Amino acid sequence: MTEVDKHGSRPQNLGAFEREPEKQDEEKPKQGMIARYCSLIFGGTKSLLTGMKVTIFTFLNPKSTVTQQYPENKDTLEMKERFRGQVIMPHNEDGEHNCTACTLCEKACPNGSINVLPTKNIAGKKILGKYIYRLDTCTICALCVEACPFDAIRMGQDFELATLNKDSLELVLNKKEGRWKS
Amino acid sequence: MSFFGTIWDGVGEMFDAIFNGDWSKENQIGATVRGWCGENETLADWINAGISLATLAAIASLSAMVLVYFERKVSGHMQRRLGPMRTGPHGIFQTLADGIKLFFKEGFRPKSADFFTYYLAPFIPMMGSFMILAVIPFDQHLQVANPELGIIYVAAVAGLAGFGLIIGAWGSNNKYSLLSGMRSGAQMISYEVSLLLAILLIVLVSGHTNLQEIIKTQEGGIFNWWIFKLPVLGLISFVFFIITTNAELNRTPFDLSEAESELGAGFHTEYSGICFSMFFLAEYVNMLIAASLATTLFLGGWHAPHPGLDYPGLGWLWFGAKTSCIIFLYFWFRWTFPRLRIDQMMDFEWRFLLPASMVSLLLAGVFMSMGWYIGD
Amino acid sequence: MDLVSAQVPAGFPETHPNELTEEFYLNMGPQHPATHGVLRLVVKLDGETVKGVVPHLGYIHRSIEKMAESETYVQNIHLTDRLDYLSCHMNNLCLCMAVEKGANIGVPERGEYIRIMICELQRLQSHLLWWATFGMDLGALTAFLYGFDQREQITDIFEDVCGARLTMNYFRPGGSYCDVPDTFIPRVKAVLEGMEKSLDEYADLVGGNMIIQERCQGIGVLTKEKAISYGCSGPVARAAGVDYDVRRDDPYGIYDRFDFDVPLGKNGDCYDRYTVRIEEMRQSMRILEQCIKEMPSEGPYRSKIKTVIKIPEGHSYANVETARGLFGTYIVSDNKPKPYRLKYRSPNFSNVNIIDEVAKGFKVADLVTVLATLDPVIPDIDR
Repeated sequence: MTEVDKHGSRPQNLGAFEREPEKQDEEKPKQGMIARYCSLIFGGTKSLLTGMKVTIFTFLNPKSTVTQQYPENKDTLEMKERFRGQVIMPHNEDGEHNCTACTLCEKACPNGSINVLPTKNIAGKKILGKYIYRLDTCTICALCVEACPFDAIRMGQDFELATLNKDSLELVLNKKEGRWKS
Repeated sequence: MSFFGTIWDGVGEMFDAIFNGDWSKENQIGATVRGWCGENETLADWINAGISLATLAAIASLSAMVLVYFERKVSGHMQRRLGPMRTGPHGIFQTLADGIKLFFKEGFRPKSADFFTYYLAPFIPMMGSFMILAVIPFDQHLQVANPELGIIYVAAVAGLAGFGLIIGAWGSNNKYSLLSGMRSGAQMISYEVSLLLAILLIVLVSGHTNLQEIIKTQEGGIFNWWIFKLPVLGLISFVFFIITTNAELNRTPFDLSEAESELGAGFHTEYSGICFSMFFLAEYVNMLIAASLATTLFLGGWHAPHPGLDYPGLGWLWFGAKTSCIIFLYFWFRWTFPRLRIDQMMDFEWRFLLPASMVSLLLAGVFMSMGWYIGD
Repeated sequence: MDLVSAQVPAGFPETHPNELTEEFYLNMGPQHPATHGVLRLVVKLDGETVKGVVPHLGYIHRSIEKMAESETYVQNIHLTDRLDYLSCHMNNLCLCMAVEKGANIGVPERGEYIRIMICELQRLQSHLLWWATFGMDLGALTAFLYGFDQREQITDIFEDVCGARLTMNYFRPGGSYCDVPDTFIPRVKAVLEGMEKSLDEYADLVGGNMIIQERCQGIGVLTKEKAISYGCSGPVARAAGVDYDVRRDDPYGIYDRFDFDVPLGKNGDCYDRYTVRIEEMRQSMRILEQCIKEMPSEGPYRSKIKTVIKIPEGHSYANVETARGLFGTYIVSDNKPKPYRLKYRSPNFSNVNIIDEVAKGFKVADLVTVLATLDPVIPDIDR
């Protein structure tokens, strides 16, 4: 108790440290030096051979190979349904976006990667003008998708997001020119 | 036409000699060359020397390439992956591509490195490997030189490789390299003792230091090889030989001088490009040499496992097969075991391997005087 | 060669030159294979023997605690992924629990089970990665690939559940952001079956190997008193004999319903840290099996909460047991959607600072072994 108090631990948790240690196994009688030497040699050799058995079985069993040959198997690559790639804005059945420019996603985004620029149509109703999405600052946290009440955006399946041009990381999602193609 | 015709005839003659000649008496290639030159024996010697050296260089570089490829493949399959698969079918050109890349890579020297030692070091292990390769008996007559003290020569030259590592490590002026150099120096010196005792055991029981003579004492089937001919003791000293050569080769579990998780890359931390590939090449050629020596001393060299299979001129096939098995053993060790610590490695050598080798040497003397042999 | 630098690096007492030997300073890191990231260790060496180690931190400081003050509670969850990226579910859970405590949010039954299962899977995953890198640090490169093979299956489950493989951002105050898919339970069962086999294989390849045992036993001994005084937690402290596990002694979630043991070490050396972690994997598997039996197949996974979470003025603290030890979140709030101050207590900071105590007097190779068994994640140290 005093040992612990000296170091100033939190008092309410001291009980945890003071738990009775479990009964320890009775100590084995001390081996002689030669016995220890021999057990080290023979036991050691046995342990090494056991390890070698594991690797040789893996080597001789071609089914144990688990790696995939990535660019070659691109066509048969299985993607997870909930995979989080970049944000995309799919079209609904009428071929239009669901977005109503409510800017909830913009508020939900922790990094300021989304800018929703609303505009007004002829009837004076607020509609989406431009949906700017910056892939370079996006951390793919999917908070925007969670915030969207209209299912207007979701996370895409594309994972090859590397590009040579930094400007191409600033996307306009509600236009066809963006990275995303429907 | 006539010039090419002559050359073509010469090549045909050579092939004829290689495939139909009587290999049991002499090296048919050398004999053909001597046949061409007639009286002029000096010319024949020079031509034969040139052919031998070219073959050695080819063996060294080709075997290193093949070994690197197979090491990567074996390690891949032991680790549940495929290894190189892209360059060529099943990646067979991978080492060639790596070699080309290393050749054209910039050789970068640290500013504070010592110029002379830094550039001298990579060539020493390479030189040692070539010198040993010259006395390896690939077949009864496929051997560049056959000195009477062949095995002593091998042991003497094998010590050179360690100098290369230490000099390179010191010349790099890098603390990691220095640690690695000191480690490899200690390791090389200690394990050479046990290696020599294991060799000495074979010299004792066979009564020869000439490599061809040692092989000839193992004639007549698998039970006349020294590994089995000396009951149990042969196997034990074979294991000692494999362990010590493994340590001399700086391979896991003795790869302390290259311990990549402790020292970065050890003695070749500061080397790049062609200088690095020299170290790398020497490492793999040395592996071939160690396996060849194990074959020569313990596994009957170019003799077939059964005397009926001993065709003259095809001994190198048996030699290659046995050597490959030993090399696979080295691969297997490397991709299974973790690394030892420096003091444990020293303990293992001085507290176990050295006394055990000495005891086995004594026992070999007893076996020899009592005539406890299996086989003829 | 000028190996002894004229200047004594920071953190070391001044040395007096000795006629017989020369000590020198080795800079291990920030880029070194054994430091698992950008940890920098300045090591004082006498030959191969370590005379002292001073860890230098701060190479990956991103001021996450300050950033937290300008983001809402829900937005902060994705930042906790970036602390200890190998136990990010637990970090998420810790922040969520602190928010739940402060804002009085409850979690439905199924949500609690999902949380526990995901956290225990994460512990398995993290320990598998530790096992893999442990093998690699000691030179057994094959172990690295074997560990990653098994880990990959758990990572696949995470990808199935939340769509991410490393930065999960899965838990929310009141539950998690989506339900687990139908394939979840069968896949967990398959992983548990595979784990049983793998653990035997691991014992054959690494655990029982004589070289590993010789290199780990008696190396890097951490005493119970030191472990407590340095504030170590997790497997590192438990291997030293400190019988403390947040899951059992300060149970959060529904951990008090499960039957599991807290493995303890006797000597506090590297091998104890190894066995404690392997045993923890078995205990995690036990918890997972109990979860599979008891988990309600239907029901809400998240309680209904307001979109904007505000914590009334005051402070709240929650701690969880991550794969590396006690992780705590302390929130000071002023009734606004954003925290006034957020403080994380990371286990790795304390665990790494004992390195001078435990590695002194051993060899350079042992320093690597000690570092491998301490299993630090550097972004968690610096935050």
